[in-house]
Amino acid sequence: MDTLYTIITYSENFAGILNQITAVFTRRQVNIESLNVCSSSTPGVHKYTITCYCDEETVHLITKQIEKKIDVLQARYYTSDQIFIQEVALFKLSTPKMLEQPDISLTIRQHSAKIVEVNETYSIVNFTGLPEDIDSLYTSLNTLDCVVQFVRCGAIAITKNRRELLDEYLEKINNL
Amino acid sequence: MPTNKITGAEALMRSLEHEGVTTLFGYPGGAIMPSYDALYDHRDTINHILVRHEQGAVHAAQGYARVSGKVGCAIVTSGPGAMNTVTGVADAMIDSTPIVVICGQVGAAFLGTDAFQEVDVIGVTQPISKWNFQIRRAEDVAWAVSRAFYIARSGRPGPVVLDFTKNAQTDLTEYQPKHVDFIRSYRPTPQIDEAAIKAAAKLINHSERPFMLIGQGIELGNARQELLALIEKANIPVGCTMLGLSAIPSDHPLNKGMLGMHGNLGPNVLTNQCDLLIAVGMRFDDRVTGNIATYARQAKIIHFEIDPSEINKNVHADLAVLGDCKETLAAVTKYVQVADNSEWIARFGVYEKEESLKVIEPAIHPTHGPLLMGEVVRRVSELTHNEAVLVTDVGQNQLFGCRYFQFTQSRSVVTSGGCGTMGFGLPAAIGATFGAPDRTVCLFVGDGGLQMTIQELGTIMEQHSPVKIILLNNNYLGNVRQWQYLFFRKRYSFTPMLNPDYEKIAEGYGIKARTVVERTDLDDAIRDMLQTDGPFLLQCAVMEEDNVLPMTPPGANVDEMMLEIK
Ligand SMILES: Cc1ncc(C[n+]2csc(CCOP(=O)(O)OP(=O)(O)O)c2C)c(N)n1
Ligand SMILES: [Mg+2]
Repeated sequence: MDTLYTIITYSENFAGILNQITAVFTRRQVNIESLNVCSSSTPGVHKYTITCYCDEETVHLITKQIEKKIDVLQARYYTSDQIFIQEVALFKLSTPKMLEQPDISLTIRQHSAKIVEVNETYSIVNFTGLPEDIDSLYTSLNTLDCVVQFVRCGAIAITKNRRELLDEYLEKINNL
Repeated sequence: MPTNKITGAEALMRSLEHEGVTTLFGYPGGAIMPSYDALYDHRDTINHILVRHEQGAVHAAQGYARVSGKVGCAIVTSGPGAMNTVTGVADAMIDSTPIVVICGQVGAAFLGTDAFQEVDVIGVTQPISKWNFQIRRAEDVAWAVSRAFYIARSGRPGPVVLDFTKNAQTDLTEYQPKHVDFIRSYRPTPQIDEAAIKAAAKLINHSERPFMLIGQGIELGNARQELLALIEKANIPVGCTMLGLSAIPSDHPLNKGMLGMHGNLGPNVLTNQCDLLIAVGMRFDDRVTGNIATYARQAKIIHFEIDPSEINKNVHADLAVLGDCKETLAAVTKYVQVADNSEWIARFGVYEKEESLKVIEPAIHPTHGPLLMGEVVRRVSELTHNEAVLVTDVGQNQLFGCRYFQFTQSRSVVTSGGCGTMGFGLPAAIGATFGAPDRTVCLFVGDGGLQMTIQELGTIMEQHSPVKIILLNNNYLGNVRQWQYLFFRKRYSFTPMLNPDYEKIAEGYGIKARTVVERTDLDDAIRDMLQTDGPFLLQCAVMEEDNVLPMTPPGANVDEMMLEIK
């Protein structure tokens, strides 16, 4: 059964590593749902948060093949209950349609999304939440036929584990 | 003020010397010329072999590495030169061969401008190399070279590509030798888990029909003694992958032969009858397993591996023993009990008899009809006292070579396993003569594959490199023809081949040559070849439409080997 997995990877800050990581997915014919790259809390270390739908055997192999790359420090996969995930979405909506249909602003309020800009042509809505809540808001707004543009940033995640696996790895390595 | 700065090109030469490089296979061109200029002053220490095509340089480096255990090294120019190395890099990747390929590249200022002979070598080689790196500054040379050699040889070995921009070759830098033996993001050898060792020993001690599959990992880990200690103590019969053939002497009583599609009957059939399958340093290639769905389903499986990403990749392992097999095998041996297993081992004998009668004897001791590949291979092996290095190209020549050559020493098989690269043989054999200068190097090659890298006869001529070239000429792309015969209703679509006069070609290169047509001339011709100091081309006019048997048809179960056709 395909499940949404989140792979959290740390690498040295060298050029070309993102390419190497995404190539592992391509070879295994798994589509990346979302991808976020940023510097991590450890100086000089980059963090990649990648989500994909696949079975556990596949995500296990993909994770090991990512970790095999010389400049990758660590790769681990998680199911959604093992991590705290957030994602930001922005919606550009048609203001005339919003005025016509009160259901639109009701939906926005029900999802606790924020209207951050309004003019007579369009309104911008900002929503931060779980990926599936973004899906739900998007679907609702879309059925109301008011979405002009939609963008989301890709899931970012922090593990709920009380141990910090990267720190443990780096400490172990430095003590070798 | 005196300066002790040197060019990046000179730094490359000193770094190569620092890594112990004594042999370099290469081909010059614009973007690597500064390095070739520096090389000119290092000819005393670095023996540069000018090949005739860059593919030859990489295969030669592979041959060198495979027989010597050292890192092979090739140097080429940018663009087309670098692209010509790609096949060899991919081949080294899948066959875990430690090589470093240094390519010239346009100056850093020209990168990305489609400059003359600029190709994105990093992009092209990224998925087929263990590591690659673009050296854009002279001060990075020492570090990059040391890191390249460390990565190529450590853990599971593989190819590294260095893309060396022209400005980095000509710019000046201080030079300090570097010695990289630690990369914090790279753990070449997993730590041994004592619990896994004990669990493996327990499984072995409780098994009644253990069977071990050994691959090139034994050679790469230099673990022959540790392997023998374990299997002799616990009496475990062994089957070898093609790349693992010389990991154990051919005549060892526990060596039950080759695995795979054209391997021996016993080890293939009994894979599906053992109760414990112990895989060591092998990766369950589909040419070994056949139909994975029925493969060794009855058995518990232990996988000894240095590369964690191999575990459960193709075959599910009940127990993984990670680590360098030299250490893990020794560790397990301590806990393993002496066992007899003679009844189980005797079962291999039944299949050996059958295969010998139906396949082997007719192939190596025919009494009439045209010359056969099998008999040529076996006679060359015997007349070299089974001590030579076997190099093969790809095709029937390779399969007969691997089936009927016999081995006493380690690191004696040089063949393109995972990639099946035609044209590999001749340059790899050249490399092998440099990697093992005291050994006889015998190349078996087909009429198709020889012509894929035949230009390397020029290298052989110039170097007088003592390759014994045994051309098994069947006037066909034989292996493909065999598949057409079996699976495409004998429709020989573009597999018959009109051949040139190979003796004349050899003569043109000043290489002594001889052709054997009659069985009665074979021994004399082989002796002639072996007694000749230097290279020799022995052309054998072998049966045109011979088939390699036995065979597990693609996708069939591992125990469904055909011993005869029809
Ligand atoms: C570069 C490359 N091209 C094509 C093939 C497909 N192929 C595999 S074996 C073979 C026939 C080889 O013919 P020959 O070299 O004469 O050897 P034989 O099988 O006749 O001994 C071919 C074409 C290959 N393995 N490698
Ligand atoms: Mg042929």
